[in-house]
Amino acid sequence: MVSKSQRVLPGFGLALGYTLVYLSLLILLPLGGMILRTAELGFGQVMDIALSERSLAAFRVTFGASLLAAMINAFFGLIVAWVLVRYPFPGKRFVDALVDLPFALPTAVAGITLATLYAGNGWLGRYIEPLGFKVAYTPWGIVVALTFITLPFVVRTLQPVIEDIEIEVEEAAASLGASRWLTFRRIIFPAISPALLTGFALAFARAVGEYGSVIFIAGNLPLISEITPLLIISKLEQYDVLGATSLAVVMLALSFVLLLCVNVLQWWTANRHKNTEPLEVAAGRAGGAQ
Amino acid sequence: MSRLSRSLSALMLSLVAGAALADATLLNASYDVARDVYKDYNPMFQKYWKQKTGENLELKQSHGGSTKQVRAVADGLEADVVTMNQANDIEFLADKGLVAKDWTKKFPNNASPYTSAMVFIVRKGNPKAIKDWPDIAGPGVQMIIPHPKNTGNGRNTYLSAWAWALKQPGGSDKTAQEFLGKLLKNAPLFAAGGRDATTTFMQRKMGDVLITFESEAEMIAKEFGKGEFEVVYPSLTMQTEFPVALVEKVVDKKGTRKQAQAYLDYLWSKEGQENAAQNYLRPRDPELLKKYATLFPAVRTFTVDEVFGGANKAFATHFKDGGSFDQIYGSK
Repeated sequence: MVSKSQRVLPGFGLALGYTLVYLSLLILLPLGGMILRTAELGFGQVMDIALSERSLAAFRVTFGASLLAAMINAFFGLIVAWVLVRYPFPGKRFVDALVDLPFALPTAVAGITLATLYAGNGWLGRYIEPLGFKVAYTPWGIVVALTFITLPFVVRTLQPVIEDIEIEVEEAAASLGASRWLTFRRIIFPAISPALLTGFALAFARAVGEYGSVIFIAGNLPLISEITPLLIISKLEQYDVLGATSLAVVMLALSFVLLLCVNVLQWWTANRHKNTEPLEVAAGRAGGAQ
Repeated sequence: MSRLSRSLSALMLSLVAGAALADATLLNASYDVARDVYKDYNPMFQKYWKQKTGENLELKQSHGGSTKQVRAVADGLEADVVTMNQANDIEFLADKGLVAKDWTKKFPNNASPYTSAMVFIVRKGNPKAIKDWPDIAGPGVQMIIPHPKNTGNGRNTYLSAWAWALKQPGGSDKTAQEFLGKLLKNAPLFAAGGRDATTTFMQRKMGDVLITFESEAEMIAKEFGKGEFEVVYPSLTMQTEFPVALVEKVVDKKGTRKQAQAYLDYLWSKEGQENAAQNYLRPRDPELLKKYATLFPAVRTFTVDEVFGGANKAFATHFKDGGSFDQIYGSK
């Protein structure tokens, strides 16, 4: 009926304007306000707050646990996503829906549930504590909570990408003589690694800011299991808004740098495979080695 | 533009229509666990006010962490009255000019209509024989409390122990800080809040003693059964106050001063005091205190004003960054 080509969104100008306003209102305005507020203190004071023993310990715990949780999810999330896409099994839809649950659950509920589960008399805690492995009320508890909270990120970013990999590509690799491991390493992994890194970065970013679930399982002991968001709350409790925003800004900067690293890594993995040897050569070499 | 303004005015109309059913509306910004107290109190006051003036009063409640609530009021939440569990939170509003500078003098009893006390909850039979503060500081005892820096409940415990140590023969700030150092070594964790500490102690069976409000003990009995624990009153503990205040700026703007004043005054009436007692909070009325003596046994208490020279000063000395709590953890 209508022959002229039509864009889905009205005009580029309008769409871009909307995008800018939307992002400014949602992200730039609050963040800008935060940074402006911190500017009242000056760089030296902000650094004093951020480099205090307490803050440094909290940064270590927060970023360490977040990285660990994101890595755990990158590995196991990949397996979950692969299984959900590639293998038919009874109850698949149910399992698929399960993945989103950590998103839907209020984080405090997640924290309380995990603490109950891993406490000394909990369903899991009663078996692992006699082995000398304490989870609840230690930094490990933080890792568990963050892993739970960030599970959906890796799985959900990987699923569509894995769906897009056609089985024929694997068959072709196999017919050229590639082993399963080589196929995974050279065919599958390069295709999914950008999405895997995105999932990792999302999970990490989410974990760094997580507060609600962590405080119920962390134990919150100064210098041991205090996360940075707890220190921020602690400053707000003292009506020290400037101190709180200082910590927040430093945390934001650190996260930004780390996410930038992930992006660089992503760019590097995307380009790395351009100059590698052809698959049949690698397959031939691998075959010869066997 | 015109469509927007039309729908906006329609929205406004419906809001006004909703409010029109009541002659006045009061908003009470309150601390988290006050729910039960005011759930019972509000209908009582509505009835009383209707009988006295014929006015239909609508009463709204807003609950949250005490400090969070106060910040919301400072940021523009139009609460007519604030009913809190920490004096320094109301001090903050007084500093901002929202509450009268002399708010503690505006009502009897330091503007706190009821009180509670910090008590020990121990396991049935008191297996670790915990009778007083030093019993908790000894080896092999674990104490469950909420975070002393971030929660009012935890702060009250900290200050109670400090006051006890201070009042011992030869007690000084130095010996008190040493004692707190020993005591805090026995805390395997700091719970996120009062109720979280209770769950950790009662449900997850962690620790030998939980330190919390006396009023919380009755909540625990309701939830977990009376036979599961015992309440121990230490030789000295804090009388915790629950201060109330009019938010002057808001009542003047809304024209609700008369109603708001009456709402708070009524907390000291026989009915208001009885309601507090039934929610396990110690009434100020001495007769009622006698009537409910089994709920509220005699205990030697101190107030923050007496020992620490006011809530603000206590907070600054002990819980601000670099205060005594941080010093204890820094010296480790």
